[in-house]
Amino acid sequence: MTDVQKAPRTVTRKPTGGRRGNNIGAHIILSIGGFIMVFPFLWQILMSLSSTAEVTSVPPTLWPSELRFDNFLEVFRQIPFLDQFWVSVQVAVATVVGQIVLCSLAGYAFARMRFAASAIIFAVMLSILMIPNQAYIIPQYQIIQSLGWLDTVQGIVIPTIFSAFGTFLMRQFFVNLPKELEEAARLDGANSFQIFWKVMLPLARPSIGALAIVTILAAWNNLLWPLVVTSRAEDRPLSVGIASLNGQYVIDYPVMMAASLMAMAPILILFIIMQRQVMEGLAHSGLKG
Amino acid sequence: MTQLTASRSSSSSGGSTRRRRGAAGGVANPDGLWPWLFVLPTLLGLAVFYFWPVLQTGYYSFTSWGVFGGAEFVGLKNWVDLVQSGVVPRALVNTLLYTAMLLLGIPIAIYIANLLNRPGLRFAAFYRVLYFAPFVSMPAAIALVWGMIFNSQYGILNQFLGVFGIQAVHWTSTEWVALIAIGIVGIWSALGFNIIILGAGLRSIPTDLYEAARIDGATNWRQLISITVPLLSPSIFFLFVLSVIHGMELFDLIFIMIGDSNPIKGDTHSMVSLFYREAFISNDKGTGAAIAILLMLIIGILTAIQFWVQRRWISFD
Repeated sequence: MTDVQKAPRTVTRKPTGGRRGNNIGAHIILSIGGFIMVFPFLWQILMSLSSTAEVTSVPPTLWPSELRFDNFLEVFRQIPFLDQFWVSVQVAVATVVGQIVLCSLAGYAFARMRFAASAIIFAVMLSILMIPNQAYIIPQYQIIQSLGWLDTVQGIVIPTIFSAFGTFLMRQFFVNLPKELEEAARLDGANSFQIFWKVMLPLARPSIGALAIVTILAAWNNLLWPLVVTSRAEDRPLSVGIASLNGQYVIDYPVMMAASLMAMAPILILFIIMQRQVMEGLAHSGLKG
Repeated sequence: MTQLTASRSSSSSGGSTRRRRGAAGGVANPDGLWPWLFVLPTLLGLAVFYFWPVLQTGYYSFTSWGVFGGAEFVGLKNWVDLVQSGVVPRALVNTLLYTAMLLLGIPIAIYIANLLNRPGLRFAAFYRVLYFAPFVSMPAAIALVWGMIFNSQYGILNQFLGVFGIQAVHWTSTEWVALIAIGIVGIWSALGFNIIILGAGLRSIPTDLYEAARIDGATNWRQLISITVPLLSPSIFFLFVLSVIHGMELFDLIFIMIGDSNPIKGDTHSMVSLFYREAFISNDKGTGAAIAILLMLIIGILTAIQFWVQRRWISFD
């Protein structure tokens, strides 16, 4: 988006005849590539509206004879979709809120407060980023099990609200704010928490947005951890519910496509509405991480 | 109260920066115990749910677990079994192959990101949405969709290839071929993210470099190779590191696309899908832990190698 705005500045000043000719080639390549990128989604939608016979026919039925929206209703009959959707929503919201609160507090302290051994603690904390999930999942599972939290939302959420990455992301933001802001507030008699809460945190909105985006994507789409800590179908989030569709003996392909479409739609729609923020947020967090 | 603080500060306002610098002895830390209140929740959580568990996993890798729980120390037995089983080395090869395929996606991303960055290109924002959509889509869901596309009997891909006289390929039920199929999905899925990261890097390259090159008669291709790629090298390096970590942790796609009834299931594990099977299906936590620690070590080594290579090849100028 930014480069689109920036582009005219460099281009309008000079004759553009040759460049525009080149861009036609770029449009052709980008369109073909773009079609390949969205084709699976288009195909998924078409299959979700077809009959089983049409999906499994040779040669393929490109366009279903009638659009069977019944497949979407059938999803509710075959899997506890609403339960799973509700679990996913709770997990996503709780994870985002938890991470934003904890990571901005800790990130702020590491960026702008002085306390003993803060640099060493920060370095040790970052070392967790080098370690793959699998290296702590077994004991995490045992903790959740001993708390009696298997098959609960808090069991899925609690370990993931503590985030070294999120803390790092927030610290990188806070560390760049000017010192004068803080000093002015302190002169007005604000204590450290008030400075954080009233002065600094409101400025951190872009970073909080970036963290929220990364977190919501991970929370909604994560498969392994919720697969491990849940076992009853109605207590599982959509990612696990969708994954388990594959193992069934009688596979109703159109319904499977409808269910997978419904599971990913909320995040896709959110992304399309907020595309600029999502892409900038990810570029921001990616470059900082 | 405010007056008091104001007057106190005005007396020292001139040297406020110096005062902060040398605060260790003189002025007390204005933050007091606040920083500990800020960091303790996160530090405790990380200690309980991450640091201690990693150590525990390390210990578990030297233990054997009975049916009713209870760990017994068995020394290096799990580790010897890993090497001798044949399943783990195969899973490692599979995972490395998938990772290598993910890396092939980076040149594609450079090419597309460069096209998208053309000055005056219309619909760039629209294209970006198209390329980025797979990245935000639930892997479990897209794995089901691609499974249908790759279906050997009625998948659209085989039917499309059939038009050119190519015989039906058993994409997801032929050894090795299945990994290529999964790799294609992996590249497709990560492409948008790679493009976004590279796009941010591209925007920081000064445009006058390209203008100078154009005056010298450099073609677009030449500009890409001689200006864009070298100046993008920090972003490219970052994507390499991230892709390797991401690739080595392959799970969702392989878990769903290679179902339990698939005849090649036994040979087509990734390290993480094997970890999941051992630790949570077979309930052999010792072997699972050993696989996890092995994976951690391999990712560490691969990352270290990349940083070593990067020091010699990449310009951060």
